[in-house]
Amino acid sequence: MFPFCFEWVWDIGHAIFFGGFWYAISILGAGMTFCILKAAYDTMNDSGDSHH
Amino acid sequence: MDSALIPEGAKRCSFPKFTIGIAIVGAVLLWGVFAMFLCWFKGLNQTNMNDYYGFALWIWADLAVIAVGGGAFFTGLLRYIFKIDELKNIINFAVIIGFICYSSALLILAIDIGQPLRGWFIFWHANVHSMLTEVAFCLSAYFAVLTIEFIPNILENRQVNKVPFFHHLAHNMHGVMAVFAATGAFLSFFHQGSLGGVAGVMYGRPFAVREGLLIWPWTFFLFTWSAAAFGPCFTLLVTRITEAVTGKKLVKDNVIHLLAKISGWMIVTYIIAKIIDTIYWAMVTAPSLGFTLSHFYSNNGFYGYWILIAEIVVCGIVPGVLLVMKSTRENPTLRLVAIILGTIGVCLNRWVMVLQIMAVPVMSFDTWALYFPSWQEIATTILPVAYGIILIAVAYRYLPVFPQEQELNPVEPVTE
Amino acid sequence: MKQENNNAHKFGMVIDLDKCTGCGSCMVSCMSENNVPFKEDESNKKDSITWMSVYKLTNGKSFPDTEIAYLPRPCQHCGGKGDHGHSPCVSVCPAVATDYGYDTGIVSQIYTRCFGCRYCMGACPYHARYFNWWDPKWPEGMENYLSPNVSPRMRGVVEKCSFCYHRYQAARDVAYYEGRDDIEEHEYQTACTTACPSGAIVFGDLNNPAHKIHQIVKPDPHPDPRNKHVIGKSRNPKVFRLLERLGTNPKVYYLSEREWVRKQGDSYLDGEWDKIKNHHGTSSHG
Repeated sequence: MFPFCFEWVWDIGHAIFFGGFWYAISILGAGMTFCILKAAYDTMNDSGDSHH
Repeated sequence: MDSALIPEGAKRCSFPKFTIGIAIVGAVLLWGVFAMFLCWFKGLNQTNMNDYYGFALWIWADLAVIAVGGGAFFTGLLRYIFKIDELKNIINFAVIIGFICYSSALLILAIDIGQPLRGWFIFWHANVHSMLTEVAFCLSAYFAVLTIEFIPNILENRQVNKVPFFHHLAHNMHGVMAVFAATGAFLSFFHQGSLGGVAGVMYGRPFAVREGLLIWPWTFFLFTWSAAAFGPCFTLLVTRITEAVTGKKLVKDNVIHLLAKISGWMIVTYIIAKIIDTIYWAMVTAPSLGFTLSHFYSNNGFYGYWILIAEIVVCGIVPGVLLVMKSTRENPTLRLVAIILGTIGVCLNRWVMVLQIMAVPVMSFDTWALYFPSWQEIATTILPVAYGIILIAVAYRYLPVFPQEQELNPVEPVTE
Repeated sequence: MKQENNNAHKFGMVIDLDKCTGCGSCMVSCMSENNVPFKEDESNKKDSITWMSVYKLTNGKSFPDTEIAYLPRPCQHCGGKGDHGHSPCVSVCPAVATDYGYDTGIVSQIYTRCFGCRYCMGACPYHARYFNWWDPKWPEGMENYLSPNVSPRMRGVVEKCSFCYHRYQAARDVAYYEGRDDIEEHEYQTACTTACPSGAIVFGDLNNPAHKIHQIVKPDPHPDPRNKHVIGKSRNPKVFRLLERLGTNPKVYYLSEREWVRKQGDSYLDGEWDKIKNHHGTSSHG
């Protein structure tokens, strides 16, 4: 799973498999981080009246 | 009693009635939980699995729930990527069904492994060449996607949504949902496929093995395609059941017809591919290994040609045609028949691709092996059904799952 | 990791089915040597552990033409398609709990790594893999007879024949101590080989022309022209492997003078056997 696990090999199989996996996880992580931060920002800038 | 939590303008049964319903299903759930703990504490000797049936009812249940849960990723793909806007009226429910299916699959896997405490080895010590590794990674990651897709719906609960942060969070998550849906579709393609690959790569098993493209056997693509085809059938079926139980129309007919039509075309194209695959396997792959088709369907007390016909014709071609033709698709009874047959069909396919593989003798002097699950296996397989019913009931009661509900069921103004 | 090593061993076995009497000594010695636990009731053979299992074969004819043969079946230590080490079981294990030794050709099982998913069992057509459905138990007093060289296995993991790998390790230790680079043929023999009263089992290095197994099997190092996945086909017309056509490339060979026995090694379509039966490995085809 990580390069420091002893069965890790820097080969094409690991590059494709974990490349895809960590890419997907990064998108999910980044997306959620963005949503949470933006929600916090929106909450602080609500100035009393909620939109929608 | 809990009226403050119920979506505004929606009518729900009384709280005591709801509680009694939950209690009845809860009893079944507890029975499953008891069996689950038996398996965890006493080991897999609680099952009727054996060294011929290392893969049995549970693996079938896993494959089946993931296949029927495929409605979530496919509907999400159509809604957010292909921008088929009508589907927004059923996407919440498709996501909830998917969430139930995938959490159930993970739970069953956790019971199924002999050393549950070592379950994390599959991630930590991953063998990237194993289809099961791909399944584990993509399945877990896609479950995270489903959770993300489910969260905004939870946050829209009347009370929760009053909290400004949750209100904004739900709004923002809706805003980037297309990105999550695209990631989900990517992950689903690979885990649905690799579940098919699990069987297709077993070159020691002539019943399972398939040729393919690069490292992926044809079953890889067939599984993805069939999940996308039959998953929406299951979504429609559960919607229909929910409508029957609640006594309300929850989704407009044009949405149902649209999803049924897409499902129908997917089934038809899938079943053509499946027939080609079956013919090629029966005429070329298996004979090249010394096996005739009859070897796989005779000399035993259960598996005959009937299962092949049931899977491909009765539960494949028939629902496909019924859903493709406008007249039958828009006939509620025939549509119901089609979605039931379709759901059975994909479950039957997964059964064949797990249990029949184990049953067929490979060595010429070996014998057929049949198996019947123990009550512990059955109880733990029914457990997710009970859990699913409870989750749907709770979600339906407290969350605005069906956007068209109010419009279709206007609440009569209270007289007096 | 794949290592093409010219000095690599390729340990294998050839079992003479005409000598095998079906006595079961190999099974007993294997269980004893490898600390295989047993159950109170061993009558269900589908969930009891027998790394070495003896199958009974018949020619299917009725009396007085009935003939029988016994076929001992250890783990076949498959080299996989093309003999590249991608055995049916090794390639599917999600946690690298079973591995192919490129220096020995032995398929290992790492018990503390296995989490019991049993995919390897599904992938193995020989039923050579066994799951520990129960906690390992021995009758009172019998724990004293356990071998200190072999670790017992816990409930919930898969186990199988290791070609008595601990004996290989012990032989190498001796060789190292004596300053030798390699071990002699007689220094590493499996428990079943040494226990077989009729001498039906011959064990050794398939890569070493001096070893008896090599002389009996005469493995063809070239791919079989009829099936490119098959490597190491025997050039001895009396020798066959189980399910050779699937391309699993087992390192366990079987020997029999009887044609009906050899025919049971694989499945054949009608009329196919007569065309194929005289086809043996050859190094001359280029």
